[in-house]
Amino acid sequence: MAGRIKTHPILGTQNEDKRVVTFSYDGKEMKGYEGEPIAAALKANGVQVHRYTMKQHKPRGIFCAIGRCTDCVMVVDGEPNVRTCMTPLAEGMDVRTQYGVSDKPFDKQ
Amino acid sequence: MKIERFDLIIVGAGPSGLSAAIEAAKHGMKVVVFDENARPGGQLFKQIHKFFGSKEHKAKIRGFHIGEQLLKEADDLGVRVELNSTVVGLYQDREVVVRMGEEVHHFKGDSIIIATGAAENMVMFDGWNLPGVMGAGAAQTLMNLYGVKPGEKILMLGSGNVGLVVSYQLLQAGCEVVALVDAAPKIGGYGVHAAKVARTGVPFYLSHTIKKAEGDEYVTGVTIAEVDSHFQFIPGTDKHFDVDTICVAVGLSPMSQLLKMAGCEMEDNPKRGGQVPIIGKYGETSVPGIFSAGDVSGIEEASSAMIEGRMSGVVASEYLGFISKEERDEELEKLDNSLDALRQGMFAPKNRGKKIENTEEGIHISENLLKKGYVADDEIERFPGVTHKVGIHPVIECTQNIPCNPCQDACSKHCIKIGSEITALPAVEADSTCINCGMCVASCPGQAIFLVDEDTKDGRATVTLPYEFLPIPKVGDAGIALGRSGQKVCDAVVTNIRTSKAFDGTSLLTISVPKEYAMKARFFKAAD
Amino acid sequence: MGELKYRSKDIGEFVPQPDDDMIVCRCEEVTKGEIRKAVHEGLWTIAEIRRYLRCGMGLCQGQTCAKLVKGIVARELKVSPAELEPATSRAPMRPTEMHVFADETEETDL
Repeated sequence: MAGRIKTHPILGTQNEDKRVVTFSYDGKEMKGYEGEPIAAALKANGVQVHRYTMKQHKPRGIFCAIGRCTDCVMVVDGEPNVRTCMTPLAEGMDVRTQYGVSDKPFDKQ
Repeated sequence: MKIERFDLIIVGAGPSGLSAAIEAAKHGMKVVVFDENARPGGQLFKQIHKFFGSKEHKAKIRGFHIGEQLLKEADDLGVRVELNSTVVGLYQDREVVVRMGEEVHHFKGDSIIIATGAAENMVMFDGWNLPGVMGAGAAQTLMNLYGVKPGEKILMLGSGNVGLVVSYQLLQAGCEVVALVDAAPKIGGYGVHAAKVARTGVPFYLSHTIKKAEGDEYVTGVTIAEVDSHFQFIPGTDKHFDVDTICVAVGLSPMSQLLKMAGCEMEDNPKRGGQVPIIGKYGETSVPGIFSAGDVSGIEEASSAMIEGRMSGVVASEYLGFISKEERDEELEKLDNSLDALRQGMFAPKNRGKKIENTEEGIHISENLLKKGYVADDEIERFPGVTHKVGIHPVIECTQNIPCNPCQDACSKHCIKIGSEITALPAVEADSTCINCGMCVASCPGQAIFLVDEDTKDGRATVTLPYEFLPIPKVGDAGIALGRSGQKVCDAVVTNIRTSKAFDGTSLLTISVPKEYAMKARFFKAAD
Repeated sequence: MGELKYRSKDIGEFVPQPDDDMIVCRCEEVTKGEIRKAVHEGLWTIAEIRRYLRCGMGLCQGQTCAKLVKGIVARELKVSPAELEPATSRAPMRPTEMHVFADETEETDL
């Protein structure tokens, strides 16, 4: 997986004991490690944009990565406003870009 | 509704919260620690560098190992740490409302310690909302907790210790740091942290800040420009970098909302980082039985947060009668001394904002270090750790008074002297004999010690340097030696590699260079 | 806090600035210009600004922008940020769905 640190000089291999799971991002199949934050898996897969804002329809992504800023929220398994930096990835998860508070692009809302 | 009672409720399982829990549990208190995160340890598990201080402050131990030690200690003492437990309310009568999963629970603490830490500050610039602009803490979380690179090409804004340390960690994670930028005219963090970044070739731009993050959907570039003394952009000074990520490290603010909610008297104190409770020496707030510890009551280092935590644990123990006043005072005295030792030197809270021109020894501070991140070749000779001798000897490029002394303990041959004031600059003793064991090089949290043999009798010299990158070069590898500035000084060959459990992750790399570069070569880059 | 002491102060007219369209509150997408204008419309406390513009009232509850908003308001009023009373702290401290906040369990079982 691109974006992963294969071996770290101090931390060694950070994810080797974790199970690889498959999840869906906007209908596309992706792989990540079970239990890592959804945001980490998306980052490793090269996804930058998590949502588009309500008023100005501007893209947003990971900003604080510790659950404070809520910029990384997405629609996860049908529920909007899920903080992807705090929510553990699970097999078969359905992760979708959030437009305002919906998973439908603005022109289809 | 049922309310469960505890002798002590601690909010936050970071360095101060866990330390407080350990002290209180030692004295027989029934303690619970709530933390909103899935993992305990606060920011400690993201700290992969060796800590400063002396032995009692857990110096030269990496942050995440300190975290492991604290957790084990707390666990052995029967402290309950409840994770994924968000304290959503704290009331004056010491009632604590906690969200756990999909439920809200109520607790009552006969005493309460708030150790919620701090949040990152932000600055606004054109495009600061774009994906790819993130807090330095976010980058640290992604790479050090989850093994994911925050980006490939990164610009760091902020030259405080967080900006410097995270820049180094980005390099360790295999990212490219294109520039380290700060609007201030001087580097804010420890010079040694700056120097270890600068020598790898990262350029520093002081008196510069971000003008614009470029990109439509996410960051594709950044423009910085120089600012004048009023922080206004100077026309014609724009510099562009292609980057995919911009990290922002512009200070921390205490997360003190719970204390305010509980009715504790607060103040806005810029020296402590913002809204903080007005507290006594040991974290006593204006509400009896509510204490605070760590960054929530003033931004400092994790090392001091741990001591503050222990202090508040001791004070809470006495507050409820678990120890006598005499026992309390005896324990606090020891902790007082320990904290006092950390709060000395050029970066002490009392010196914040002050311009310091000379070290405690009266040596003029390197101007180049403050502006470019490295001590210039013609400045280095004036510091007491830099001496010349026949044969292998330590060269200690430690030029600012910071509370730290592992190098003195590391040398079994007593080559290195700091003395009892741990902020003193280390000096190399003239009549000592270095046995080339490398312990000082590996023990220095600032990676500022080198073992140099200035003349190996074949027209060459050897330099042994700390190395914490991958891949580790092999003996015989050819490459280039970089100077303190990160610029090439000469060709170099690797002559020795040492790794050892005692070095704790730091490899000792020995390179051979022409002897005129013995005092200039400070980093090695393998040939492509 | 000295907020009432400078109520009589003349802060002058609102003067547009080139970066007025910069987003300050990321959650509610409130701009610097909106905040500056609000001050000139007479909203001089953080609590008033929050209620008027919703900055700091979104999902993150001002975790990111509180300090920035305070700085902008203070500059407009020509006072030090330390003089401004910060927003009220109240439960829930973190975003909590209503159904969770109302779900007070019978048994606390740790």
